[in-house]
Amino acid sequence: MSAIDLSGGSVGVVSAQRASFEQPLSLVSGATIDRYDLAYETYGTLNARRDNAILVCHALNASHHVAGFYADNPKSVGWWDNMIGPGKPVDTNRFFVVGVNNLGGCHGSTGPASIRPATGRPWGADFPLVTVEDWVKVQARLADILSIEQFAVVMGGSLGAMQALQWTLTFPERVRHALVIAAAPKLTAQNIAFNEVARQAITTDPDFHDGNYYAHGVVPKRGLRIARMIGHITYLSDDAMAEKFGRVLRNGQLNFNFDVEFEIESYLRYQGEKFSEYFDANTYLRITKALDYFDPAVGYGGNLTQALAGAKAGFLVVSFTSDWRFSSARSREIVKALLDNRLNVTYAEINAPHGHDAFLMDDSRYFRVVRAYLDNIKVAS
Amino acid sequence: MSPSTRADFATIASWINPGARVLDLGCGNGSLLRYLREQRAISGYGVEIDDEKLIACVANGVNVVQRDLEGGLAEFDTGSFDYVILSLTLQAVRQTEAIVKEMLRVGKQGIVTFPNFGYWRSRAQVMLGRMPVSMELPYQWYDTPNVHLCTIHDFDAFCAIHRLQVLNRVVITRGQPVNVLPNLLGALAVYRLHSGA
Repeated sequence: MSAIDLSGGSVGVVSAQRASFEQPLSLVSGATIDRYDLAYETYGTLNARRDNAILVCHALNASHHVAGFYADNPKSVGWWDNMIGPGKPVDTNRFFVVGVNNLGGCHGSTGPASIRPATGRPWGADFPLVTVEDWVKVQARLADILSIEQFAVVMGGSLGAMQALQWTLTFPERVRHALVIAAAPKLTAQNIAFNEVARQAITTDPDFHDGNYYAHGVVPKRGLRIARMIGHITYLSDDAMAEKFGRVLRNGQLNFNFDVEFEIESYLRYQGEKFSEYFDANTYLRITKALDYFDPAVGYGGNLTQALAGAKAGFLVVSFTSDWRFSSARSREIVKALLDNRLNVTYAEINAPHGHDAFLMDDSRYFRVVRAYLDNIKVAS
Repeated sequence: MSPSTRADFATIASWINPGARVLDLGCGNGSLLRYLREQRAISGYGVEIDDEKLIACVANGVNVVQRDLEGGLAEFDTGSFDYVILSLTLQAVRQTEAIVKEMLRVGKQGIVTFPNFGYWRSRAQVMLGRMPVSMELPYQWYDTPNVHLCTIHDFDAFCAIHRLQVLNRVVITRGQPVNVLPNLLGALAVYRLHSGA
């Protein structure tokens, strides 16, 4: 591999902002949310023509904190900081970048842990299920507030890529380009199966209390830990795990008990523990359901080509060869449907060893493709 | 870009209707597609396997799909392109017959260019005991990507065996068309094909 393209700097100190929406929101499920807040961050400057905005959609466990860091904690680096910043592939010297925490999240936007105005108590189990379509609709309302009529780019990886794709269908006039990275046009039975095991881990935790654990002063941490462990297994490739952990023993010998022995066990427990300390279980349940439900072709008899017929954007689709959660073959399904519709599309299949997580990793070829694509997007100075 | 390559571009452009849909297999840095977009207002895509060339295509503003041609063209529907091009690519593929078949499945017409191994300079180098190295074949025997070199006569025979109808053929040496003894005096061959079936 050639030298990693890590040129460019940090956007520096950032701070989250909050937008409040009083206009009731009708969800795909039929439920309505009367009022809600969205946490978001922006980097760079919206130009006078307002044609240089990029929306970054997050995946399962991330947030609006995409780049930079908070003044009170230099270690609080945004989740896609390697991709976004001055001189980086998503160059904040040219683009105005918006990160938003999705509705139902647990990083500042209204979600199950938020206080429900009608009751004065957390929403808990009563927080409705939200879909990718709902998120896109809500993101568009944020765009309205920010006076962004049309995004130059909507981009994301994994579940974030599904939102980018949905944007081109729900609001074809409001997005010029979509970056659809490590995506799938819908989940397979195997994908749903992994999500269901994660949900079962949470809902069968005695501390779950049917989703109203806030009132009991507890958190279903055991369930969250296991859910995260399962997720992590699917984010990494077999080779990446072998490379990173192999069969290495923590203490150099077998102990003939059930404590941590292999390094991989230690890693998964650590990741699970860390996750259970900051992530809301009800949010996790809802986000995995949003993943399961996503299927733009469902209203077209499963015909993805017909489903994407309304899209007008240009597309950059990127997949990673070692990703088995959303394999390259899944991205090629999207590419085929875009080609069938004679849309502008470029597809890069990055030979990367990291598995699904590759979309978050530093990889010279991946970054250079994104940089080259974005450099060709004309925006007013 | 070498002068002979430019000549090949101009010949290809002269055959392509304005506004056509074009697929360029093994499109390299996308320069042919870009040229055709500028000269003929075509729309289209390249197919390329190499990471560096793919990035060059993106930088050139050319639509490109990363794929190994040896695996076929599954993403591309039958008859979905007016022209499918194999520009200096055919000699470097293994599944020659399968790829030509795929080309003429996806495209209404195919355009193939290849270095003529029957060119007298190549013959002379072999006569003198060495593998040919030239502008059209700029590789040593040990680092060449070319695995299926052929002469114009070989390719004519190939077309006859596979019932491919040759709509046009232009042979070029140093940018100039060659009309006399093309298999001896021509460095580069450019064919426009139609599936004879």
